Amino acid sequence: MAIVADVPKDGFRLSMLIYDTRFRSITIQVVVLILFLLGVAWLVNNTVENLAAKDKDIAFGFLWNRAGYDIGQTLVPYTNDSSHIRAALVGLVNTLVLAFFGCIFATILGVFAGVLRLSNNWIVGRLMTVYVEIFRNIPLLLWIILVYVVLSETLPTTADFRQSAQLIADGLPPTVSMSFGGTVALTNQGLNVPAPFFARGLGQISLGGMTISLNTLLVFAVVIGSFLANRALRRNAAKVQEATGLRPVIWWKSLLILFAPIILVCIALGLSFDVPVFGRFNFAGGISIAHAFTAMLVALSLYTGAFIAEAVRSGIMAISRGQSEAAFALGLQPGRTMKLIILPQALRIIIPPLISQYLNLTKNTSLGIAVSYLDLRGTLGGITLNQTGRELECMLLMMLIYLIISLIISSLMNLFNSAVKLKER
Amino acid sequence: MSELHAQTVPFVRDSMLPQELPPASQRGAVKWVRENLFSGPMNTILTVLSLLVVFLILQSSLPWWLNSVWNANSLAECRAAVQAMAGEGATGACWAVIRERWHQFMFGFYPRGLYWRPVLAFALLFVALAPVLFGDNARKRMILLACVAVALVLALIGVGTDLAHVSFAIVAMAAILAVSHLAPARLIWATLLFPAVGFFLLWGGSVWGPIGVLMGFGVLVAVYRLLLPMLGVVMGTALGFLAACVWWLMIQTHVTTVLHNLMPWGLEAIDSDQFGGFLLAFTIGVTAIAASLPLGILLALGRRSDMFLIKTLSVGFIEFIRGVPLITMLFTASLLLQYFLPPQTNFDLILRVIILVTLFASAYIAEVVRGGLAALPRGQYEAADALGLDYWKAQRHIIMPQALKISIPGIVSSFIGLFKDTTLVAFVGLLDPLKGVTAIVRADINWKGIYWEPYIFVGTIFFLICFGMSRYSMYLEKKLKTDHR
Amino acid sequence: MKKSVILGTLTVAGLAAGMASAATLDDVKARGELICGTNTGLTGFAAPDANGVYQGFDVAVCKALAAAVLSDASKVKFVPTTGETRFTALASGEVDLLVRNSTWTYSRDTDLKLDFVAVNYYDGQGFMVKKDLGVSSAKELDGATICIQTGTTTELNLADFFKENNITYTPVTVADDSEAQRQYTAGACDAFTTDASGLAATRATLADAENHVILPEIISKEPLGPVVRHGDNNWGDVVRWTFYALVAAEELGITAANVEEIATTSTNPEVKRLLGTEGDMGAMIGLDKDWAKRAIAVSGNYGEIFAANIGESTSIGLARGLNAQWTQGGLMYAPPFR
Repeated sequence: MAIVADVPKDGFRLSMLIYDTRFRSITIQVVVLILFLLGVAWLVNNTVENLAAKDKDIAFGFLWNRAGYDIGQTLVPYTNDSSHIRAALVGLVNTLVLAFFGCIFATILGVFAGVLRLSNNWIVGRLMTVYVEIFRNIPLLLWIILVYVVLSETLPTTADFRQSAQLIADGLPPTVSMSFGGTVALTNQGLNVPAPFFARGLGQISLGGMTISLNTLLVFAVVIGSFLANRALRRNAAKVQEATGLRPVIWWKSLLILFAPIILVCIALGLSFDVPVFGRFNFAGGISIAHAFTAMLVALSLYTGAFIAEAVRSGIMAISRGQSEAAFALGLQPGRTMKLIILPQALRIIIPPLISQYLNLTKNTSLGIAVSYLDLRGTLGGITLNQTGRELECMLLMMLIYLIISLIISSLMNLFNSAVKLKER
Repeated sequence: MSELHAQTVPFVRDSMLPQELPPASQRGAVKWVRENLFSGPMNTILTVLSLLVVFLILQSSLPWWLNSVWNANSLAECRAAVQAMAGEGATGACWAVIRERWHQFMFGFYPRGLYWRPVLAFALLFVALAPVLFGDNARKRMILLACVAVALVLALIGVGTDLAHVSFAIVAMAAILAVSHLAPARLIWATLLFPAVGFFLLWGGSVWGPIGVLMGFGVLVAVYRLLLPMLGVVMGTALGFLAACVWWLMIQTHVTTVLHNLMPWGLEAIDSDQFGGFLLAFTIGVTAIAASLPLGILLALGRRSDMFLIKTLSVGFIEFIRGVPLITMLFTASLLLQYFLPPQTNFDLILRVIILVTLFASAYIAEVVRGGLAALPRGQYEAADALGLDYWKAQRHIIMPQALKISIPGIVSSFIGLFKDTTLVAFVGLLDPLKGVTAIVRADINWKGIYWEPYIFVGTIFFLICFGMSRYSMYLEKKLKTDHR
Repeated sequence: MKKSVILGTLTVAGLAAGMASAATLDDVKARGELICGTNTGLTGFAAPDANGVYQGFDVAVCKALAAAVLSDASKVKFVPTTGETRFTALASGEVDLLVRNSTWTYSRDTDLKLDFVAVNYYDGQGFMVKKDLGVSSAKELDGATICIQTGTTTELNLADFFKENNITYTPVTVADDSEAQRQYTAGACDAFTTDASGLAATRATLADAENHVILPEIISKEPLGPVVRHGDNNWGDVVRWTFYALVAAEELGITAANVEEIATTSTNPEVKRLLGTEGDMGAMIGLDKDWAKRAIAVSGNYGEIFAANIGESTSIGLARGLNAQWTQGGLMYAPPFR
C-alpha cells in the first residue's frame, strides 16, 4: 500500500469502516469479536438455564468422593476406597502407557514395512502391500475387536494349566505348562510374567502424596548415567577417527559401560523375580498383563504402523535416485546405503506425517471402550461419569486432559522436527 | 599371425546360427525366481519366512472357509450342517446369518419396501459428484453416469423394488444423461440441488419442507441482486443472508404448511432412528464432509488471515478439535449438547451426531485446504493483487480453484478416515454396521454366539469402499501432479 | 454450509423438534407416539428381530402403555440407549420413559432427578461359574477373574461384596451382555456376574448348560423398573398405574383372551372399576375409561407377558420367584384400584 500517504485527509466517514482498507480489518475483527462473545454468552446462558432447570450445579467436589469401583490394570496404587480423581489418574496413566508403547511399536513396524515394501523381493513386497492396504482401509475398531477375540479364543484357558484331581490320579501333567522355564504363562486371560523386586530396599521418600521408591530412583539414575557415559565414549571415538582416520574398537567398552553398572547395582540391591504361580483359579504373583491392553496395543500398532509405512515409503521415494546411485558408486552395500544415506534424508520428510500419526494413535487409545480397557475415557469419562451423573464436569475435564496431551506431544515433536530440519543458510 | 591366416580358408558365415536360449538359470520362471525371491541370503530368509506365514494363515483358515454354510435359520443349524458335511469337530463359516440379516447391515431398520429411496439417493450422489470428479472430460462423465444408471437399476431390482419405482428411476437417470449430453454445464444444478433431494429421499415427509429451505436461498440471491447496485457487495450479502434467515426462521413454516395443505405431496416420513448399517455410515460421512467443506475453507482462510483475532479464533478452534478424540465429540453430542442448547429444544441423536462430526471434520478439512493454499506459488497471490482483484474475488477466481484442486486427494482421504470413524457412533447407541447391527443380530437368540462372519462381512465392505476411494485419490494425485510444481 | 443450514432450519422448523415440557402426557398425545428408551439388545427383555421390530419383556410394558395412552400399541418408538447414555436421554427429554433394566437406587432417584415409578422385575446380582472349578459359594472366589458389565450398579456391588468378605478378585469389564457371554464361554474369566435373570438367560443359551452353575449367593437387591423424569407426577402416575393394571389383571384372572368377555360379564366391583365398566378411573390420570382394557389386550396381563418372553416355557426359562403374585409368595402386589 504505497499510496497510503496520498489518501485525502478529509475527515472520517462511517462508510470508511467498510470500504477503507485501513479500517476494514478492524471493523471485521470487532464484528467477529462481538459475534463470538455473543455466541459464548448464549452458550453459557443456555447452560446455566439448563442446569437450573435440572436442579444441578457445576462442582468438582465429587472428584474427591470414594469411587467404589475396581480397575483391572492399575499402575499407581488404587483401591475401590480411593477417590474419583485417583481413578482418573489411573486411567490417565493407562492411556499414556498404551500411547507410549503403541508409538514405539508402530514406528518399528512402520519403518520395517515401509522399507520392505520397496524391497526387490517380490513376495515380501506384495505381503507388505497387502498388510498396508488391508489395515489402512478397514476401521480400527474392527481390528481392536478382532485381535481381542483372537487372543481370548485361541490361547489356552487357565483351566488347562490346572493340575486337577483327575490328572493327578492318572499321573499326568497339566495340559499346558508354563513357557520359558516355568516363568511365563500366556493364557486367554492375559500374559503373566515374573515381576522384578529388590530384596534390600533403600526406603521410600514421599513427594506430595506420591511415594517414590529410592531403589527405582537409583536404577534410573544409573541407567541414565551409563547412557551419558556411553555417548561421551562414542563422541571421543569419533574425534579420534576424524583426527587419525582410524576408528578405535569400542564395542566392548560400550557394552561394559552400558551394562556393568546396572548389573552391579541390581546385585547389590538383591534383585529377584516374583514368578507367577498357579493359584486356586489362575496365576497369582508376578505381573499380569490383561488382554484388553495387549489387544489395544497390537491393534493400534498394526493399524498406525500401516500408515507410518506409507509415510516412510513416500519419504524414501522422495529421495532422488542419484543419492542411492552415488552411495553404490562409493561401494556401500544396500543395507548401509539405506541406513546411512537414504533414511537420514528421508527422515525430514517422514517426520511431519509421523507426528500426526502419533497424535492419532494417542487419540485412538480412547477406543479402549470397545474392549473395556479402562483408560481415561473408561474411568473418568465412563464409570465415574456414569456413577455420579456429572456429565458436564467429567466430559469437560476429559476433553481438557486429552487436549493437553495432544498439545504436549505435538510441541515435543515439533521441537524434534526443527532440530533435524535441513538448516538452510 | 599372417602365416596362419594365409593357410586357413577364409571363413565366411553364410547362414546365421539360430539364436541360443539363455542358460536355464537365466531365463523364464527360474530367472524371475532367482532375481525376485532368492537373490541373496537375506532375501532367501525373507522369502521362506513369508511363505511360512502365508502357509500358516491358509492352513488355519482354509477349512473354515471351505465348510461355509449358506442355508440355515440359526447358529445351531449351521453347526449341525457343518458337522454333517465335514465330520465331527469341523469348523465352518456360517454365512446364513448374512443371508438372513444383510438388509439390516445395509439399511438398519429402514422399512423394507422403501429401500429404493436410499439406493436412488446413493446413485444421485454420484450424479452430484460427476462435475467434481470428471468435470473436464465429457466422455468419461457420460461413461460414469451410464455405469451409475445401470448399477442403480440392478441394485433396485436386487433390493426388491416394485416396477413403478424402477421405471421412475430409469426415467430420472435418462433425463440426467440427456442433460449431461446436451448441456453439461447445467449438471452443476444437480450438484446444488442434491442436498435437498437426498434429504427428501432419505427422510421423506412433505416435499414442501426441502423446497421451502431452497426458497430461502432464492430469497438470499434475490435480495443480494436487488441491493447490489445500491449498497455494494458486503452489505448486499449481509442483508441477503439476514433476509434468508428471517425466511427460514419465521416465514417458511407458515408458507410450507399452507402449501402442504393445498397440495399434500410427499413421501412416507422415516424417522432417523430407523437409519442403520451402511446407510447410517454414508449419511453421517457424506453429510459431514459436504457440510464441513465450506466451514473448513473459511477456517483455513481465517488461519492464514493477517487479522490477529480471526487467526487466533481459527487456530484455537482447529487445534481444539484436532486435539480431542472423536469419541469425546460423540459423547458431547449425546450427553452435553442438551446443556448448550436453549432449554426445551431437543432434536434427534443422529442430527446431533452429524453436527458434531461436521465440526470435527471441518478442522481436518481446514488443515487440508491450508496445505493446498500453502502449495500455491506466491506469484499467484501477487498476480491477483496486480490485477486489482479484491480479497474475495481473488479467492474465488484465482486462489480457491487451484488450491481446492490440489486439496482433493486430501479431502478424499479425510472422507475415508471419517467414513471409517463413523463406526464409533455405536458407542452412543446408534446402529453402525460394525458394532451396532452386529450387537442386534447377536442379541437374537438364534444367532447368539456368532462372531467372525458379521465382522468379516462388514470389514470386506469397508475395505472395498475405502480401498476404491484411496485408489481414486491416488489417481487424482497423479493427474494433478503434472500441472503443479 | 448448505447442508448444515438445511438441517438447522429443519430443527428450528420443528420437524425434528420435540419439547421436553413438564406435561409428558400431553406431549405424547400431541405427538401421537410414545418414545420408549430401551436396551440396545438384551435377549428376552428387549431386542429387535429380523424385521427390526422390538420384542421382549420390557418392550411389552411400553406397548401396553402406548395402548393405554394412544389407543394403539404400535404407536411406540423404541430408542436404544447404552448404559452410559440412558439417563441423559431421559433427562433431556429424548425419551418419554425408560424401561431398560435400570436398578432403582437411592442416588438415582434423588441425585439424578429421576422417578422410579414401579418395579417390573425383582432381580439380584449373582455369579455363574463352570462346574469343574468346584466352587460352591461366591465366598470361595478369592483370586478369581470376574467378568462384569460396565456402567451398571453391579460394579459397585461386586467391589462391596469382595471387600466385605475380605477377598480379592480381578475385574474384567465388558461392554455388553453378548460380549460378557463370549468372554465367559471362552474362559477369559472364571466367573460371570450380573443380574440373576441375565445369568439364567445366558446359561440357557450355552451349548453345555449342564457344566455351569449359578452360585446360591445373591449379593444385591436389583429392583428393575420403568423410570420417568422427576417432577412430572401425572405422567409418573400414568406409567405406574398402567403397569399395576397389568399386575392386577393377573391377580383378578383377566387375560388378553378374556378381557372383552370379562368386561361385560364380571360382577366383581374391582374388575369393573379397572376395566371401566363402572365409574371413570381413567379420567383421574387424564385417560379415557377403557385405558386398562386396551393395555391388557395388547399382550395380556403381567403373568402372560412374563411367560411369553422370559418364562419357563421360553428358552430363557426364568422361574417367577420373587416376581410371582403376592398371593403366590412373590412380591408383585398391585395397590387396590379404588
